[in-house]
Amino acid sequence: MTHFFDRPLVKKALPWLLVFLLGVSFSFFLFVLLTHDYHWSRVGKYWGNLVRGWGLTIGLSAVALLLSTLFAAILTAGQLSRLAPARWLSRCYVEVIRGTPLLVQIMIGSYMMANALGIDNKLGEGMVILSAFSAAYLSEIFRAGIESIPLSQRISAMAVGFTPTQTYRYVIIPQTIRRILPATAGQFANLVKDSSLLYVIGLPEFTSQAREVHSNSYAGFAVYLPLAIGYLILTIPISLWTRRMEERFRYEH
Amino acid sequence: MNIELHDISRVYGESRALHSLNLSIGESVRVLALIGPSGGGKSTLLRLLGGLEVPDTGEIRIGGKNLPKDEAGLLAHRRANGYVFQSFNLFPHLDASSNVALPLIKVHGRGESEARSLAQASLERFGLGAHARKFPAELSGGQQQRVALARAIVSKPKLLLLDEPTSALDPEMTSEVLEVVAELCRDGQEIILATHEMGFARAVADQIVFLDEGSISETGPPDQLFDRPTHEVVKRFLGKVMRW
Repeated sequence: MTHFFDRPLVKKALPWLLVFLLGVSFSFFLFVLLTHDYHWSRVGKYWGNLVRGWGLTIGLSAVALLLSTLFAAILTAGQLSRLAPARWLSRCYVEVIRGTPLLVQIMIGSYMMANALGIDNKLGEGMVILSAFSAAYLSEIFRAGIESIPLSQRISAMAVGFTPTQTYRYVIIPQTIRRILPATAGQFANLVKDSSLLYVIGLPEFTSQAREVHSNSYAGFAVYLPLAIGYLILTIPISLWTRRMEERFRYEH
Repeated sequence: MNIELHDISRVYGESRALHSLNLSIGESVRVLALIGPSGGGKSTLLRLLGGLEVPDTGEIRIGGKNLPKDEAGLLAHRRANGYVFQSFNLFPHLDASSNVALPLIKVHGRGESEARSLAQASLERFGLGAHARKFPAELSGGQQQRVALARAIVSKPKLLLLDEPTSALDPEMTSEVLEVVAELCRDGQEIILATHEMGFARAVADQIVFLDEGSISETGPPDQLFDRPTHEVVKRFLGKVMRW
């Protein structure tokens, strides 16, 4: 007796059934979005606030993206270091950051640490916390990428006379970049989206502005739909850009 | 090639790869072939001679000078010699031309255009002129090994070390690579070659070293070693591999 899912007819019909179900759910989703009675006019005078919030999110994310990459590179070097304390320290950092929610880190970072240091700059705090958070994930991507390059490449590089630095610069890193691009882009998009949590410390970024506009205007979904689209406008180019970079770095056809 | 090994040992964890090796290779030997069963120590000896690893005991003297054991000295030694492995020699993200040219530029200090033309000449010499812009993944195994050879000899190495360069290839590709190695031998390049190609070793080598279980069982000129082996292990090995 063949298993139910192994029967020829079921095997043929199953993918189509899945496509059908997906289509139905998607249509329902669109239907809700399109037939909803939006109160666009209520948003009216608040568009400026939304745009300002969006701008802040862009600036904040751009800085955090650079900072986190830099910090992740240092953490990766630490994790791969020959010095045991450097390895332990970076390892601990990565585990603590990855093991706790970003929301908790934002509150500890802003209310406890920044306060203790006498810092009162929400934008700076937000950027640093977000970078520190993202760097832990990025460094894991970097480390795994570097470790995935086969030993034979290092030995070949050694045999042609490269120094360890040259081996990294000309052999390991270029091959690593190709491998880590998709995961890195995913993390960059995450960073943009995660910046929305910074509303809890009162940073007037995109989500924070949208919440305020919402409570002032009673505009409902007319605020949240542009909010979602605003984030998509930032994350989709990241994804498209990675595709192009992947093409550029492709060496196995 | 004037090489002397004094009491060379190399241990990996529990297993002894080389057992206090002693060997003296005279100036008249230009091509030395290392043969013997797999795991006998051929690759380990090549790695030591190439400065990729350091022996646990003993001294290697090449041209009357002790092979250095510090990183800077080893680097200089590696830069003076060429090396080709069994496979995965090339950098997959660089085309054939760049694979050959990059070490010339970064290690040997040549200018970009000079390195490119040297690389092109080296590739053409091995019949790869038309493949210079291809990436390793677009080349056959035999072509990849010829690019690796082109890269190894383009800096005019004193010694060329070949670690079973044809073991991962089919017979047709094997012969196209051996062709190139034979040409290098004819041109007077000093070569140390680990191989399972007995006919080839016999044809090109001036001296054969038979390694088994980390020791030298027998060494001598090819005719003597292949026709009149004295050591029991060598007799048995040759009897087996020459049978078919």
